[in-house]
Amino acid sequence: MGDMDREDLLSLYRQMLLIRRFEEKSAEMYALAKIAGFLHLYIGEEAIAVGAIAALRQDDYVISAYRDHGHCLARGSDPGKVMAELFGKATGLCQGKGGSMHLVDLPKRFMGGYAIVGGHIPLATGLAFASKYQKQDLVTVCFFGEGAVPSGQAHEAFNLAALWKLPVIFICENNRYGMGTPVQRAVALYENVAEAARSYGIAAERVDGMDVLAVRALMRNVVDQVRAGQGPYFIEAMTYRFMGHSMADPSHGHYRTKDEVEEHRKRDPLVVLKETMLSQAHCSEADFKELEREVGDVVTAAVKFADESPFPDPASLHTDVMVED
Amino acid sequence: MLLSYREALNQAMREEMRRDPRIFLIGEEVGYYQGAFKVTKGFVEEFGPQRVVDTPITEAGFTGLAIGAAMAGLRPIVELMTMNFGIVALDQIVNNAAKIRYMSGGQLSVPLVIRGPGSAAHQLGAQHSQSLEAWFCHVPGLKVIAPATPHDAKGLLKSAIRDHNPVIFIEAQLLYGTKGEVDEGEYTIPIGQADVKRQGTDVTIVAYSKMLLVALEAAEQLSREDLDVEVIDPRTLKPLDLQTIVTSVRKTGRLVIVEEGWRFCGLGAQIAESIYSAAFDYLDAPIARVTGEDVPIPYSRPLEDAAIPDVPRVVAAVKSMCGAA
Repeated sequence: MGDMDREDLLSLYRQMLLIRRFEEKSAEMYALAKIAGFLHLYIGEEAIAVGAIAALRQDDYVISAYRDHGHCLARGSDPGKVMAELFGKATGLCQGKGGSMHLVDLPKRFMGGYAIVGGHIPLATGLAFASKYQKQDLVTVCFFGEGAVPSGQAHEAFNLAALWKLPVIFICENNRYGMGTPVQRAVALYENVAEAARSYGIAAERVDGMDVLAVRALMRNVVDQVRAGQGPYFIEAMTYRFMGHSMADPSHGHYRTKDEVEEHRKRDPLVVLKETMLSQAHCSEADFKELEREVGDVVTAAVKFADESPFPDPASLHTDVMVED
Repeated sequence: MLLSYREALNQAMREEMRRDPRIFLIGEEVGYYQGAFKVTKGFVEEFGPQRVVDTPITEAGFTGLAIGAAMAGLRPIVELMTMNFGIVALDQIVNNAAKIRYMSGGQLSVPLVIRGPGSAAHQLGAQHSQSLEAWFCHVPGLKVIAPATPHDAKGLLKSAIRDHNPVIFIEAQLLYGTKGEVDEGEYTIPIGQADVKRQGTDVTIVAYSKMLLVALEAAEQLSREDLDVEVIDPRTLKPLDLQTIVTSVRKTGRLVIVEEGWRFCGLGAQIAESIYSAAFDYLDAPIARVTGEDVPIPYSRPLEDAAIPDVPRVVAAVKSMCGAA
């Protein structure tokens, strides 16, 4: 098979590579104290955001948790504005008031990153409720980790979504650890996390979250069903975070071994796609070199933009607390 | 026309829902049951179950859903069967509703009313009798309203529904059946405007919600002892109309604050601090507070009575302050 759509795959790879290099650069900037606070990197999980969001329309809603850079970039947000937000600059997506865990890009229908585990899942049902109420054929995609699945708010949201057949797709990024606690010590049905949703009558499917094509293929089917009004859907995307939980956590620590991390790195989503492209889509090493150069330029420009941007005016401290009439 | 507090709330919501199809009502028993306290009588019949949404007993879930729907352009009214249950939804109210506008740098807004009865009624026990307004007032990003009369309830609820911010609207079970004159036809009362409920020259009492009735009764008794009491109802607790209170204190030189909530860190402590800062030189005596006792509200009738401010205690506080005890 050498007839896969070359341009299509190059585009997916470019998006994943952008997230990868952006996150690596973020870690560097954190080490240089350009970025502070909590910084959770998406390295290793890129295929999920890119594959899932590739199946959406521009006007669909996307909402995420605190590990949100990947979803925001996959939605098409300007990397410069994202980096500027991480830097706490006035030119950031949220003018420096949100930070890494609270990116929002309304024009891209990226409805935000939220940092109370499970707390944004009811919001997703609300976005979906609104589109159903307004008779708009939109879907809402809600990303969260497997660590959020046992939370009460997740279950309340699953029940409401199923009860009212809301057009929402729950995507559980199962990276096997909630911070340092492995899934088998946190979720009773850890071998099949999706049972949490199935128990409310929500259709669910597991997918290889390291394979962007598999994620997108499943999502295309799911989006069609959900858009057609068949109610919510739950996807469990099996993945692995290559880095620590946050910058405060080394890539492997007391809770997992270096060998385990190395083992999962063999199925790096970038490598998986690259192998397919080389063998089945007439791509060559030269193509990847070109992508590296292109993406490298974008990330360099993003850092430059963030670095050269001003910090917020202190007077902005009190703006946007309330909507002023 | 003479209306009960309950009927005034019903009219306010009915008029607003007729005016704006984006408004929907959501909560436990709001539809076919007609509301736990019959505030939404006739609503599901007039507006249908799409706009009058009965929920399972999951306050965090449906409050979160309403916040999400507000982010997507709807204007939800959440009915909490009692404000006590707002504690279950506090993560949604504090971490999402109150912060989403700020965190997003002004991109998102949450036009939302959360309403229901607070404070004690007839021996409902510790978990159903709380006055939690100080909790909500503490959080930047929320407005808090606690009207005492049918006229104020109607005008302020209409303003709350039209406001572009999350508004906590605190009613009281013991007020639902109280009656008062309500203006005919369309009117609103601005949020953040206190009302002088009784003119006087000797001492100022600030009281809101159910305690306004207690304060007015105390003022009536005191008038028979030649003490001329001015009674101010802030109506909106946040933003507080400090100016009206200051103006009164400049005239009387004495201030008693009555609240049903717990004394420690109660709203009266904040009002006192604000008045000390703004009108210290006009005070002839230290500000006095009559508050709920710092205990969980007990069930037994005499104990419950002892836990909550009553007319004799307000009368005693005023007399003591005026050297007439």
